[in-house]
Amino acid sequence: MSLANDAMGFGLRVLNRFAGLPVVDRLGLRKPAEQVLYQATRTGFRTIGALNRGFTATQKLLKPARLPQSRAPELFDLAPSDEQQMLRDTVQGFALEQLRTHAAAADSACAAPAELLQQSSDLGIALMGVPEELGGVGSERSAVTNVLVAEALAQGDLGLAVACLAPSAVSTALVLWGDAEQQSKYLPAFVGEKIPAAALAVLEPRPLFDPMVLTTRAYAGGGGYVLEGVKSLVPRAAEAELFIVAAHLEDQGPALFIVESSTQGVLIESEPAMGLRAASTGRLILDNVRLPASALLSDAEASVYTDCINLARLGWCALATGTAQAVLDYVIPYVNERVAFGEPISHRQAVAFNVANIAIELESMRLLTWRAAGRAERGLPFSRETALARRLCADKGMAIGNDGVQLLGGHGYVKEHPVERWYRDLRAAGLMEGVVLV
Amino acid sequence: MINLENPKKFSALVNQAHQVAAEIFRSNSRKYDLAEHSYPKELDMLAALLDGMNSAGGNGGAGAAGVRRDSKDGDSGNRNGSNLSTVLGVMELCWGDVGLLLSMPRQGLGNSAIASVANDEQLERFKGRWAAMAITEPHCGSDSAAIRTSARLDGDDYVLNGEKIFVTSGERAELVVVWATLDKAAGRAAIKSFVVEKNTPGFELVRLEHKLGIRASDTAQFALVNCRVPKANLLGDPKIDVEKGFGGVMQTFDNTRPLVAGMAVGVACACLEETRKILEQAGVKIDYDRPALTQHAAVAEFLKMEADYEAARLLTMQAAWMADNRKPNSLQASMAKAKAGRSCVDIALKCVELCGSIGYAENELLEKWARDAKILDIFEGTQQIQLLIVARRLLGKTSAELR
Repeated sequence: MSLANDAMGFGLRVLNRFAGLPVVDRLGLRKPAEQVLYQATRTGFRTIGALNRGFTATQKLLKPARLPQSRAPELFDLAPSDEQQMLRDTVQGFALEQLRTHAAAADSACAAPAELLQQSSDLGIALMGVPEELGGVGSERSAVTNVLVAEALAQGDLGLAVACLAPSAVSTALVLWGDAEQQSKYLPAFVGEKIPAAALAVLEPRPLFDPMVLTTRAYAGGGGYVLEGVKSLVPRAAEAELFIVAAHLEDQGPALFIVESSTQGVLIESEPAMGLRAASTGRLILDNVRLPASALLSDAEASVYTDCINLARLGWCALATGTAQAVLDYVIPYVNERVAFGEPISHRQAVAFNVANIAIELESMRLLTWRAAGRAERGLPFSRETALARRLCADKGMAIGNDGVQLLGGHGYVKEHPVERWYRDLRAAGLMEGVVLV
Repeated sequence: MINLENPKKFSALVNQAHQVAAEIFRSNSRKYDLAEHSYPKELDMLAALLDGMNSAGGNGGAGAAGVRRDSKDGDSGNRNGSNLSTVLGVMELCWGDVGLLLSMPRQGLGNSAIASVANDEQLERFKGRWAAMAITEPHCGSDSAAIRTSARLDGDDYVLNGEKIFVTSGERAELVVVWATLDKAAGRAAIKSFVVEKNTPGFELVRLEHKLGIRASDTAQFALVNCRVPKANLLGDPKIDVEKGFGGVMQTFDNTRPLVAGMAVGVACACLEETRKILEQAGVKIDYDRPALTQHAAVAEFLKMEADYEAARLLTMQAAWMADNRKPNSLQASMAKAKAGRSCVDIALKCVELCGSIGYAENELLEKWARDAKILDIFEGTQQIQLLIVARRLLGKTSAELR
């Protein structure tokens, strides 16, 4: 058995990458003081799409490479496998040590430090989802592992977690649904040294957005397709070199298209929001964008689009769970130390019950997300389980964000503590579509 | 490897429990709701069937048999054992009728207590007998450390004096496990449980309660007046160990709380299933792929309830799974009980509202389930007690600090 095929070997490879990073030496990262992206903090600053690299095939695949489905276990089990646990610990260490430390600065700068993004890609998270024949280290399709990773990253900071994970949403989509040509052309860049910024753009700027009913249109033209429309809250939009865009394909329905950022008619408008600011969110404006026929993913198959939407929702569930865990871990010492009326405020039921309910709903969010992800990776129907996880994570995640601020009182409202940021970030989990895939 | 689906090896058992619930419990649900205090004789045959299943090495799944932690089990990785199978069985049976489950002969909470803390001799002696549980007294419920029923050693007997209320199956059971204190001054550590035979002189049935729900189940009040119980009927260790405190008797709750959570999950499941059917007949259909807010308001409500139901179900399975794998589960048991108890009540009441007069009238069972549900957020520790337990664990507080 080759090292890469071996579960232990795989975990060690990830760990080895991590051990070699300067992060582990606890060297500080350069703060994003030089704000090359200072415009990102201002609404409506418009520019053309980033100049993308020439995406070229380094090898020709005869057929698309996919990760094999994970085998279905017989028993109910809540224990992660050894390799999952090791990965989770590694990512959590990175999140708490690095993401948390840089979160406040990245939030106000509306940008993630480049070094931090590089370190996160050095961790090899994106590689896990890419099969070996394409240069990745993935040996099995595991939505659960991806959930654990997203959860662990978000424990550090949700905005930075989104910035880190955005490119792997694109590579995961290509692995799951790309044909041989699309995979050969685009995936080598995602297993290289410098992973391109990339984003999965689904959301549109309108109320009661329904991803099944898109206003971004695609119609046949010039031997390919023409795209027209606006996508909202796209992470790292200004620097992204590659997008996967959801658009309604005329006479067919919602579908996914690969769009290179330098394509004529691709415009980026900064769209800073209440939260997720470290992810440098922007609008992607598609103005008469002409794409080759090869830009369409998986022949606009309806089930692929639905799966994509649901896997992204699970990504948001995992991010909300990780952030809610951060809230719980933060408020426990606070309410134990904060004294009022002569004793710690945690001695009052009004405070203590609030903490208990955070823990109960947090565990609920986690279990629902794990179940849906487990079904997804085994090829079972998972629409219902995803809808339930999303409902719970949207409602309870926000409630936990709210409680986090409330329990700190006035101190929760000021930026000395991270709870106000989590309050802003957690609002996103119930309304976002796309962006992350598990 | 993470997997939150029901294990295949229990599917026959779950299916069996579902059949019993559908054929026997459901068809007698209204009858015994209306005829409070009359004995559901249909259950005798069923209980015999369950006994047969239990002794055949399977698990009856009605609740009381399988909560003992067997130290003789071999340990090889992940286990799905009797705690999980029992809780899954309970969910199915309570989908049928929670009052009738509580009335199942030989499946009382007293049986759980015996199964959890009795020594081998006692296990053998009380085997196959129906045992109820008597903790609550007129002046104390949640504060069970405050009980006044006393037990005084006199020769080879303990002499019990006091009053007990809210004893489920108190009239029908053959045995009652009575909590009493050996020494009121010694606090929690002196509280022990005693198995009392129903025909013991000085053990008197005072009355049966008339209740909001679970009317198929009898709830009795007892007076103990110089009631003599053999020394050998004290469950567990007779020593007053202040270090251990409440440990002995409270241990039962770690095992029974997931079961009560399972009952709540079963009732919630019945409510949601019935409401979904009624809504669909009215043309309201749920689309799980589309956002809740772009669908009918009733769908949005339904999704919220279904998410809470699913959370309660998985938390309950988690608590049982931890017991099967011999991990300490007090925290998870209380989390499951808290979430399941409150969700069950919210869901049942909202389902009645969504279904309007159909939900409220006695033609359907929804109104009954909404009445039955309420007890599940009260007995085996109220919502507030569960939150106290969870909070104390998380915050590292004693019961003196966080009261």
